[in-house]
Amino acid sequence: MGSVTLNTPPTGLPQLPEPDLLQLLSPEGTLSTEHDLDPWAVEVTPELLAELHRHLTEIRRLDTEATHLQRQGELALWPPLLGQEAAQVGSALALQEKDYIFPSYRENGALYLRGVDPLGLIRMWRGSTFCGWAPSEHRVGAQQIIIGAQSLHAVGYAMGAAMDGEASATVAYFGDGATSQGDVNEAMVFAASYQAPVVFFCQNNHWAISEPVGLQARRHIADRPWGFGIPSMRVDGNDVLAVLAATRRATERARNGGGPTFIEAVTYRMGPHTTADDPQRYRPEGELEAWRAKDPIDRVEKLIQRRGEDLDAVKNASQQAADALAARIRSGLAQSEEPGPAELFDHVYAEPHSELERQREHYRLYLEQFGDHSLPARSDAAALSTASGTDH
Amino acid sequence: MTATTTDRSSGQGQPAGAQTVTFSRAINSALRDALEEDPQVVLMGEDIGTLGGVFRITDGLQQQFGPERVIDTPLAESGIMGTAVGLAYRGYRPVVEIQFDGFVYPSFDQIVSQVAKLHFRTRGDVKMPITIRIPYGGGIGSPEHHSESPEAYFTHTAGLRVVSPSTPQDGYDLLREAIASDDPVVYLEPKRRYHAKGPVDLERDRPSMNAAVVAAAGTDVTVVSYGSPMTTCLQAAEAAADEGTSLEVIDLRSISPVDYGVIESSVRRTGRLLIVHEAGLTGGVGAEIAAQITERCFEWLEHAPVRITGFDIPYPPAKLEHHHLPDLDRILDGVDRVMDRPNSQSAADTHGA
Repeated sequence: MGSVTLNTPPTGLPQLPEPDLLQLLSPEGTLSTEHDLDPWAVEVTPELLAELHRHLTEIRRLDTEATHLQRQGELALWPPLLGQEAAQVGSALALQEKDYIFPSYRENGALYLRGVDPLGLIRMWRGSTFCGWAPSEHRVGAQQIIIGAQSLHAVGYAMGAAMDGEASATVAYFGDGATSQGDVNEAMVFAASYQAPVVFFCQNNHWAISEPVGLQARRHIADRPWGFGIPSMRVDGNDVLAVLAATRRATERARNGGGPTFIEAVTYRMGPHTTADDPQRYRPEGELEAWRAKDPIDRVEKLIQRRGEDLDAVKNASQQAADALAARIRSGLAQSEEPGPAELFDHVYAEPHSELERQREHYRLYLEQFGDHSLPARSDAAALSTASGTDH
Repeated sequence: MTATTTDRSSGQGQPAGAQTVTFSRAINSALRDALEEDPQVVLMGEDIGTLGGVFRITDGLQQQFGPERVIDTPLAESGIMGTAVGLAYRGYRPVVEIQFDGFVYPSFDQIVSQVAKLHFRTRGDVKMPITIRIPYGGGIGSPEHHSESPEAYFTHTAGLRVVSPSTPQDGYDLLREAIASDDPVVYLEPKRRYHAKGPVDLERDRPSMNAAVVAAAGTDVTVVSYGSPMTTCLQAAEAAADEGTSLEVIDLRSISPVDYGVIESSVRRTGRLLIVHEAGLTGGVGAEIAAQITERCFEWLEHAPVRITGFDIPYPPAKLEHHHLPDLDRILDGVDRVMDRPNSQSAADTHGA
C-alpha cells in the first residue's frame, strides 16, 4: 500500500487500447485515407477547399474582430475560439436544415455558419441581450453558460424529434471540462436509454479555464461514451475534413434511427478562456508553438498549394468575405439600439403575473418623476396596483 | 376555462356533476384528461409507468397512453428536468414527477437556471410549459428527505409559478391549469392528504390558477395557508367558533404569485393576520405575505402579523415531527397572540408578535 500512489497504474487488469486519432488532412497538408471516415468523406474539389478556407477565415475574423471590440470597450466579454475553427466549421457544415443544435458559449463560429446574424452574437457579449436570435428560426438553442447543461436539452429535443417521427439529428456542443459535469453524464445515460438521435460533439481544447484536460480525464474523453453504450470517435479537431466526415457519419446515424454518437474533436484553445483570462499564468511554455504548427487554416492552404491550385485567389476571396463580415459587424453595432426598461419585465412570464406587473408599474411611476417615459404604461396597470383580487 | 369563483365558504352541498374521490384519484384524473386532450402532454418520472408511481398517482396511465407518453426515466433528477427542457424546446408539455420533495435538489440547477429563465433568455421565443409535480410536506412518518417543504426556493425564483392544492377539487383544477399554462409551474402535492376524499366536478368552469379562495368566511382573524395545513386551519376555525372567535380562512392555492387582493380585503375587515405553513419560518412564504400585507394594510392592522410555521431546522426524524408541524393547538395559540389575548408567549416575550 505504501508504495502505491494515485499515479500507479492498475496491475492485473486488462488494458484498453488507446483510441485512434482519426485524420484526413495532416498539418503538412497531405491527404490520407481513414477507414472509419472514408465513406462519409466528401470529394475534395477546388471549390470545396475554397469554401472551407472562406468559412475558416471568416470565423477567425469574427473572433478577432469581437476580441478587438471587447478591447475597445464595445463588448463586455468575448470567449475566443481561435484555433478551434476547423472543429466548428466541419461540424456545422455537416448539418441539414431540420437538425437542431444546442451550443455552449464558445460556438460562435458554428452559429454563424448556421445562419445566426453575427450582430446577434455580438450583442449577447455586449450585454444587450441573452440570446441575439430566435432559436426557433435557426434551430439553434440559446448559448449555454452553465457548463454542460445544454447536453440534456439536446437529448430531450432529440427524443421529441424521434417521437414526432422526424428524421433529424440534434447536436450538443460542449468542451472537455463539461465532461466532468453530472448533466453530460446523465445526458449520455438518457440518450442511450431512449436511443435518442443525438450527437455529442465535444471540442477538447485542452483547457477548462486554467485546468488542463488531464486533471479531468485520466484517459481519452472518447473512451467514456462506450461505457454508456454510445459509440465514439476521436477526431483531429484541427482537420476540417475529418471533422466534417465524422459529423456526417454521426448525424446520418442519428437520422437513420441508429441512436447517439459521441465525437471528441481534439483541438486547442490558442487564446484565453475569455477576454478576462490570462493564460500566461497556467499555460506551459512551448505548448502554444506546438499547436501553432497544427493550425487548421494553414493546413488547408498547404493542401491547396500542394495541389497546384491558385492559393492567392482563394486567400483574396476569403479576405474579402472576412472584411465584409467585419464591416457588417461594425456598422451594425453602430446602428444597434440598446434595450429599454420594458425588457426587464417582458418575457419573464408568458402569461400575466400580478406581482411583477405591480413592480413594473411602480418602476414606471418612479421613472416618470424624472420625465423618463421609457417604460410605457400597461392598460391594466392601474387595476393591478390596487387591491383588485385576482388577475385574468 | 376560467371563472372568478373565489369563495367556497358558502356551504352549499355537493354540486350536481361532482363525485366523491380521493385526492390522489383527482390528480390521476387530471393527468389522464390532460393526456387525452393534448397530444403534446407527456409524463416523465421515476417509477411512474409500470408501477404507476410510488404513490400510484399515475396508476394505469402508461397502459392507456403507452411508454412514449408516460415515460419511466433513469434515476437522475437533473436528467429528467434537462430532457424535459429539450422536449419543451420541441413544443411538448412535459409533466415531470419528482418522487419526493427532498429529491428535487439534484434538478435544482436545471429548474432555476434553465426552466425558469429560458423564456426570458430567448425573449419569448422558447416557452417552457413544464409542470413539476412534487409530493411535499410531512406527517406520514417517513425517513429523511421524504417530508420537506421546499416551496420558498421556488417562490424566490423569477420565472416559476408555484401552486399547491388543499382539496381534491383543486387537486384536479390546479393541475389542469398548470399543464395548460405556458409558464413553468411547480405543483406541490400535499402527500399527507392523498387519501382524503372530497367532491370533484371534472366539468366545472375552473377558477384561475392565480386566484386565492375564501375557504371559511369569518370576521375576527384572517388565516392564510395552503396545502396540507389548510385542513388543520379549517379545524381551528371550527374550534375557535366554539369559543366565540370567527376566523376567515383563505386558501392561497397559488403561492407564486400570491393573490394579495383577497388577503387585503379580508385583513381590512379583520385587522388581524395569521399565516400557517409547514416550511420553516425564516425567508418563508409567510415572511413575504407578512411584509406585503404590513405594507399594504398598515393602517388597518390591529396587531403585527403572526406566523405559525415549522422551525428553522432540518426536517426532524418521524418520532419528532409532531413537534415541528403546526397543529390545531399551535394555530389556536397563534390566534390568541394575534387577538392580544393571553397566550403561550405572554409571560416570556412582551415584544413578541
